[in-house]
Amino acid sequence: MREIWALARKDLRIEARSKVVATQIVPFAMVILVLFGLALDADSRTLRDLAPGLFWVATLFASVLAIQRSVAVETISSSFEALRLSGAPAWKLFAGKALAVAIQLLAIEAVLGLGIVVLYRSSFQDPVLIVTAAVAATIAIASAGSLYGVLAVGMGVRDTILPMLLLPIMMPVLVAATRAFGDGLGTAALNGWTWTGLLGLLAVIYATVGALAYAVVIEDT
Amino acid sequence: MSTSLAEPQTATSNSDVTGTSSKLTFALGSASLLGLAVLLVLAFVITDADQRVYDRGVDLEPLLTGQGDAVRLLYVHFPVAMVTYIAFMLNAIGSVAVLWKKSTWWDNTAAAAAEVGVLFCGLTLATGSIWGRPIWNTWWKWGDVRLMTTTILFLIFVGYLAYRRTMTDSRVRAKRSAVVGLIGAINIPIVYKSVDWWQNRTLHQQSTLRDRSIEDLTLFTMIFGMVVFMAIFAWLMVHRFRIGWLEHQAETVGLEAAIIERRAQTSTAISDAVTDSRSSTETGSD
Repeated sequence: MREIWALARKDLRIEARSKVVATQIVPFAMVILVLFGLALDADSRTLRDLAPGLFWVATLFASVLAIQRSVAVETISSSFEALRLSGAPAWKLFAGKALAVAIQLLAIEAVLGLGIVVLYRSSFQDPVLIVTAAVAATIAIASAGSLYGVLAVGMGVRDTILPMLLLPIMMPVLVAATRAFGDGLGTAALNGWTWTGLLGLLAVIYATVGALAYAVVIEDT
Repeated sequence: MSTSLAEPQTATSNSDVTGTSSKLTFALGSASLLGLAVLLVLAFVITDADQRVYDRGVDLEPLLTGQGDAVRLLYVHFPVAMVTYIAFMLNAIGSVAVLWKKSTWWDNTAAAAAEVGVLFCGLTLATGSIWGRPIWNTWWKWGDVRLMTTTILFLIFVGYLAYRRTMTDSRVRAKRSAVVGLIGAINIPIVYKSVDWWQNRTLHQQSTLRDRSIEDLTLFTMIFGMVVFMAIFAWLMVHRFRIGWLEHQAETVGLEAAIIERRAQTSTAISDAVTDSRSSTETGSD
């Protein structure tokens, strides 16, 4: 656990100093919210009803950038070799990288949450459900993303292939997270906790697969 | 290349290959295409349109329902969909074998299966969409569990094929593609289940093969269609596999063979030069 946290803290410290997420990815996520508002030419009611889906689409797009950044900090100075030399087992390296991505994604989601309240007039009717669903979905996205981020390393075209690998896989997460938020924001009459349960299951599956597969894919970075 | 190889046994035995066909694939391909022609005649001409008559009671007119001529598309749609799933299953098996045994043969098979699978998956979506327009009254039905699952599967494997093209090192490509392929495969039940939960509805009919309502000719055409599309699948797989194999040979053996060929040329050139100089000395001494 100490190794996992040390690795995650390293990535967070790099972010604290470089501020790439804060100055580029968070604003980008907000731009997506504004784009939806303009594109849908919507009265506030439409945007309010669509808010759960728009929130998660914006999160997924922003996550692609966050994951690319997470991999880039290792490849810039070829420090994947250094990570492997640390002697920590591959699954801990995976957990550390994914944890850092998850924390950054949660920060992006917090800003987006504020965004939909201000721009789309959403109201958090069940904050506990919203936070639980967001955490579960974020673990799923960060896990699958951290694995795919490394799979796309070491190729000239890595920036273009990642969305096409990651986003189709994330469709079940999008469906479940949108339903859970629909209940939590009071726009859909359904049981959000069932969907949060599915999100939890997806988080477990992607975290397990990522931890198992990381050793195989990290060999050739 | 083939004529001047110094040691043909060390070079690829396929070095004089100009295509990927053989007598067997020619026969298989001819049979497949002939079968396809017969299937189309059976499906679109000989079988009856679907017009079941339901008795709606005494005071109501007997109701003529069913799918009419549109049902004929199912003779194509169903076998194509079946082959799609077989192809992606073969890709998953190949991916496991690659990770387990580091097998080039299986990597090649997995790649071929994914490519042919994407083709058939596209055909499944297209034929289903065309069939859906008159029957469901829409080209596309959001939330239909099988349509959504097939669509997402299609996108996952389009990504898989694009991913394969990004790598040049065949060993790395085999391993990483296997991971991507396997994650795609384990997503199939997840996608199916989550879409099922999402809308909990399907416009797809349940299997009618087992109940007695299906007629003899209909059943025959359906099974014949499966056989024909399995044959087409096998035919395309063999060709695609051979292309992949030749590519692999070109990557690994090609350089070696070229070096041997070059050495053979230079050594001939040297010995020629030596003979020339000898003969010229001999003539000079005369």
